[in-house]
Amino acid sequence: MKLIKNLFEPELLKPSRDGFGKALVELGEKSEDFWVLTADVSESTRTHWFAEQFPKMFVQVGVAEQNLAGVAAGIASCGKTVFISAYGVFSPGRNWDQVRVSICYNNVNVNLHASHTGLTVGPDGASHQALEDISITRCLPNMIVMSPCDMEEAKKAAHAAAENILPCYIRTSREKTPVFTTPETPFEIGKANVYRDGKDVAIFAHGVPVYESLKAAEKLKEKGIDAAVIDCHTIKPIDEKTILKYGKQCGLIVTVEEHQVNGGMGSAVAEVVAENNLCPMKIHGVYDKFCESGSAKELLHKYLLDAEGIEKVVEDSMKMKK
Amino acid sequence: MMKKISNIKKLNLIANTIRQDVVKMLHEAKSGHSAGAIGLADIYTALYFNVLYHDPKNPDWPDRDRHVLSNGHVCPVLYATLANAGYFPKEELMTLRKPGSRLQGHPHRGSLPGIENSSGPLGQGLSIAVGMALVSRAERKKWRVYCMVSDGEQQEGQVWEAAMLAAKHKLGNLTVIMDRNNIQIDGYTEEVMPIEPLADKYRAFGWHVIDVDGHNIKQIIDACNESRAVYERPTMIIAHTIPGKAVSFMEQRFEWHGKPPSKKDMEEALEELQNVRKLIEEEDI
Repeated sequence: MKLIKNLFEPELLKPSRDGFGKALVELGEKSEDFWVLTADVSESTRTHWFAEQFPKMFVQVGVAEQNLAGVAAGIASCGKTVFISAYGVFSPGRNWDQVRVSICYNNVNVNLHASHTGLTVGPDGASHQALEDISITRCLPNMIVMSPCDMEEAKKAAHAAAENILPCYIRTSREKTPVFTTPETPFEIGKANVYRDGKDVAIFAHGVPVYESLKAAEKLKEKGIDAAVIDCHTIKPIDEKTILKYGKQCGLIVTVEEHQVNGGMGSAVAEVVAENNLCPMKIHGVYDKFCESGSAKELLHKYLLDAEGIEKVVEDSMKMKK
Repeated sequence: MMKKISNIKKLNLIANTIRQDVVKMLHEAKSGHSAGAIGLADIYTALYFNVLYHDPKNPDWPDRDRHVLSNGHVCPVLYATLANAGYFPKEELMTLRKPGSRLQGHPHRGSLPGIENSSGPLGQGLSIAVGMALVSRAERKKWRVYCMVSDGEQQEGQVWEAAMLAAKHKLGNLTVIMDRNNIQIDGYTEEVMPIEPLADKYRAFGWHVIDVDGHNIKQIIDACNESRAVYERPTMIIAHTIPGKAVSFMEQRFEWHGKPPSKKDMEEALEELQNVRKLIEEEDI
């Protein structure tokens, strides 16, 4: 997998939401049948770049996320590709029923984007930290769920969502994080990216914790633990093949995510592990609780989701191996 | 394109046929919503046999007018109307709510020709209609959007989110018809959760509002035509209807909101409707 040259000395720090915003402008340039809607958060979601260039294809619905989803469904049912963008707690949080029926049951090409997700939302506190969004989207028929790991991958996810006719949910982060994948790094819906091979334990992560897991793997190596790191950017459909391969190869899977342990990517992986009687596994994330205010860095550290925390969790999990 | 029928007697006869179909369908299905569906037969007749530009033989015609049904539970009347207009064979009406049927208990887009949107949870249709109207406007098309909403669903906040957006964009190509039949599952709307004054509310939200008798097909058609001449705002037609209209034991009874007719109920209802039919036929128009 083609990553940046000096993986642990990244030159560029950007939030993944920027990649999404850039992709929208590229998509607008490509097609007149492309619409973007937001609910009073155009700058935070980076949809304002699209709005400035394509005002006629941009709809500002105000603070009204239920209407956001419904209007988008109406536009998409006329053959358009639509993106709706807001904070994760509001969309798909506030408008889940509309996402379920107006978008998924109608089966129209409306793609949801959330700019503020996970603990890295930071100082706004628990009300704004979307930690349940994956659970509530991956259970919906027709829906594809993606969580890119950096700005570059977020761009690719947005393009992939636009090309795919099914409704998609793309989860990005507000926090500036290393841009460590490159335009040459492959991206295919449903196909996890193996960024580091290993034989003792397979770490599956998505979003911000992918890079942290790579850093953790370096430290683990010094302790004699050879960890594979897999960017599980598509949570639905989950990449069963890669899970089976690495479950067999390593005999232990640890999932890491900025999400509740109930129903997230860890659960999606566990479904595959259980059905195939594959290997022991540890689901790491936020353990059924509302978190708190703090900087992204402080919170990732406190909740063991930075490199140091992941290293500890993986090390502790090694004793689960048969 | 479907030829428009202007003769009111002919339209009243079609509405009578649709009522009879709905009674039979609901009896056969053994579940479903009777009163609302029967009460809407006149409005649906007006829409599909006069107001809408559409083509039952080409349901995906890009320039067709769109009809969005928001209160999906009244779909038996939509299904019966579509079948009578020629979208699919009438025999299929009796498969309502049965496994494998294209006639789902609440409408599903993609299952049946002529269904523009999936619906069921109340309050969602108006947003979808606004989205469609935005596309027609942006592309300078002539097709319009006609949306059916219920009175009970005005209690959903999303409806007012959509109402604001429609006014913001001055959607003159959007006509909404509200089935003001005063009942909802738990009782009369003004007892469960008062929604009046509806006309004042919509006017305050920037809409053009027209009150009509929802069983007077001429008034319904005239109001739809009036809405086409209002360019700067969306139109809300508040259609005052009698739930279960023309079936005496169902009329005005909220108990009939969510239940189907038994065999005896069906026979009585069909007899009444046949009598009404004779009266329509004897009318000298």
